[in-house]
Amino acid sequence: MERKDYRKLYWKIIATTLSFSLVPLFTLGATIYYQFRVSYTAKIMESLRTLTDNRRNAIDLFFDERVSQLYTLAYTHSFDQLGDAKYLDQVFTLMQTRSKSFVDIGIIDQDGNHVAYVGPYNLEGVNYKNESWFHEVMLRGVYISDVFMGFRKFPHFIIAVMRREGDRNWILRATIDTQIFDTMVKAAQVGKRGDAYVVNREGVLQTAPRFGGKLLGKIEAPGSSQFSGIHVEEMRLNGEAALFATTWLKNKDWMLVIKEDPREELSPLFEARYMMIGIIALGVLVIVLGTVFVTRATVGQLIQTDREKAMLDASLEQSGKMAALGKLAAGIAHEVNNPLAVIKEKVGWIMDLLSEEDISKSENFKEFDDAVHKIDHHVDRAKKVTHRLLGFARRMEPIKEKVDINKLLDETIDFLENEAHYRNITIHSDYYPDLPTTLSDSSQLQQVILNILNNAIDAIGKDGEINVKTKHNSKDEQIVVTIADNGPGIPNDRLDRVFDPFFTTKEVGMGTGLGLSISYTIVDKLGGRIMVASEMGKGTAFTIYLPVIKQEKV
Amino acid sequence: MEGFRVLVVDDELDFLETIVKRLQRRKIDVSGVESGKAALDLLEHQHFDVVILDVRMPGMDGLETLKEMKKKRPLMEVIMLTGHASVESGMQGMQLGAFDYVMKPASINDLLEKIQQAYERKLLHEKHVKDTQFIR
Repeated sequence: MERKDYRKLYWKIIATTLSFSLVPLFTLGATIYYQFRVSYTAKIMESLRTLTDNRRNAIDLFFDERVSQLYTLAYTHSFDQLGDAKYLDQVFTLMQTRSKSFVDIGIIDQDGNHVAYVGPYNLEGVNYKNESWFHEVMLRGVYISDVFMGFRKFPHFIIAVMRREGDRNWILRATIDTQIFDTMVKAAQVGKRGDAYVVNREGVLQTAPRFGGKLLGKIEAPGSSQFSGIHVEEMRLNGEAALFATTWLKNKDWMLVIKEDPREELSPLFEARYMMIGIIALGVLVIVLGTVFVTRATVGQLIQTDREKAMLDASLEQSGKMAALGKLAAGIAHEVNNPLAVIKEKVGWIMDLLSEEDISKSENFKEFDDAVHKIDHHVDRAKKVTHRLLGFARRMEPIKEKVDINKLLDETIDFLENEAHYRNITIHSDYYPDLPTTLSDSSQLQQVILNILNNAIDAIGKDGEINVKTKHNSKDEQIVVTIADNGPGIPNDRLDRVFDPFFTTKEVGMGTGLGLSISYTIVDKLGGRIMVASEMGKGTAFTIYLPVIKQEKV
Repeated sequence: MEGFRVLVVDDELDFLETIVKRLQRRKIDVSGVESGKAALDLLEHQHFDVVILDVRMPGMDGLETLKEMKKKRPLMEVIMLTGHASVESGMQGMQLGAFDYVMKPASINDLLEKIQQAYERKLLHEKHVKDTQFIR
């Protein structure tokens, strides 16, 4: 496989593993977060609903109490009694000892004349005949007004009760301290950004909100149609999203609005979200690291296996090729050998005959003799060729013979001496004097050494030196052969590939890329090991370790 | 080189004929047959001291013939003649009791030398057998 394919496989495995582990992680995270968010939001809305309910009840109760207080007062006294300002003052003072809700109180006759008044403003004698509330109360009996400025130029609202006494009607009217009402509504303001206020049907503020408006001002309120119960929903008003709870009061067409800032209320949710993002990020990191690590190891193992397989394939292919070649050679040798044997015998026979005296006297004897000897000579020549072919076939099987490595090195260096000399390369040899012999295959070893020396010479090119060294490692019973050149060296990223089959740095057609691969296989088969070390600019050193074998194992 | 009998076994008639003639010319009492079967038949009636046996023959091959011969005449020496890659078969023959092997094409002098050595060894063996009172 190509290096590029391994990269591709590497990314494929990583992508698959990551998608299989991350998708469930994200799904789980998102689901949990979503569920948590839903239930948490529901809880917040519920508590907002409860708060709103309580507040509305309190306000309703407040109105109920005020109205019944005035009712009680109106129906337990006559117009004449309360029309007496002195008496009214007494009653009002009594009422105020228990509750400061009322600012003032007044009695108005059916013509709108303010008959009696107790309070901080001088309103006695004012005629209310043309005020809208006056008509309302005459019509309905009880009336709670919106907040208005009125004659006193101060925001207030009134509660008025009408009593029918004989043939005349009169009205008991009291002013509610907006301050007290405000405070009661504001008690529902929660947190730093929460708000609570009351608006009337036209969206006019009846209490001062905390943000975005003032008393009697307009505010963008959530809806204005009347409904029963409590509405809680998230809305975007005045450019910010908020939770709104709205409800209509029982005694008055006012709407209570309680607003909560979701950012504030949902802060535990956001905390949970950050925590979850953190945990997921950590999980992703662990998964990614784990995946990369495992994938790297797997692909590394695969590369290793492939490399070994490729090497095995190459050596199998090589030995298969050689075996076929050997068979062919042996076949030819055999087929040629038999006729050669016959020719040789025939020639021998002729020679025998020629040695008889009567023929030797013949005219052309010299010519005969010469021809016959030439034939014999050339049969011998042909015999040498066939025998060498047979020898080649035989060499396919690794032979075990006593090999003197030093001698073998010398012989091999001799082969290349000319080439090296021509390129001005000196080959120094430094041999261990008492190197033991070992049982090995000398011709195969020679091939290995030849390969390495050839590569060294090619690497140097011109002008340089090669050092060949042998050593005996008596501890491990090993012969160590080092062949070092002072060529340009092999870059690190290529160093681990030099033994790969078909890896070559030579020009196309100049090297098969099999030399070192076959060398590796040979040394491996002979029970040894071959290693390479290189430094850029300094050179490359190949080291062959061969076991010292004294006797062939049976 | 007299007084002993040699048998040559080879399927290549041209070869057989010529080598027999040449050995006869060198005053050796030599016969030739062209198959292992014929050689074994001949051994029933006649006595030979040294046999030159081709390894590769149609029908019964050299190694089989060798085995049979050694059964019949343990003291008779056999020289294997190999014509192909079979150094191994030559070796195998030696393991089966052949005296030596010669690669084809062989020179007549090498062959004569081997025959001589084989005969000497046969004499040595026979003497040894007599000395140890071993009766075959």
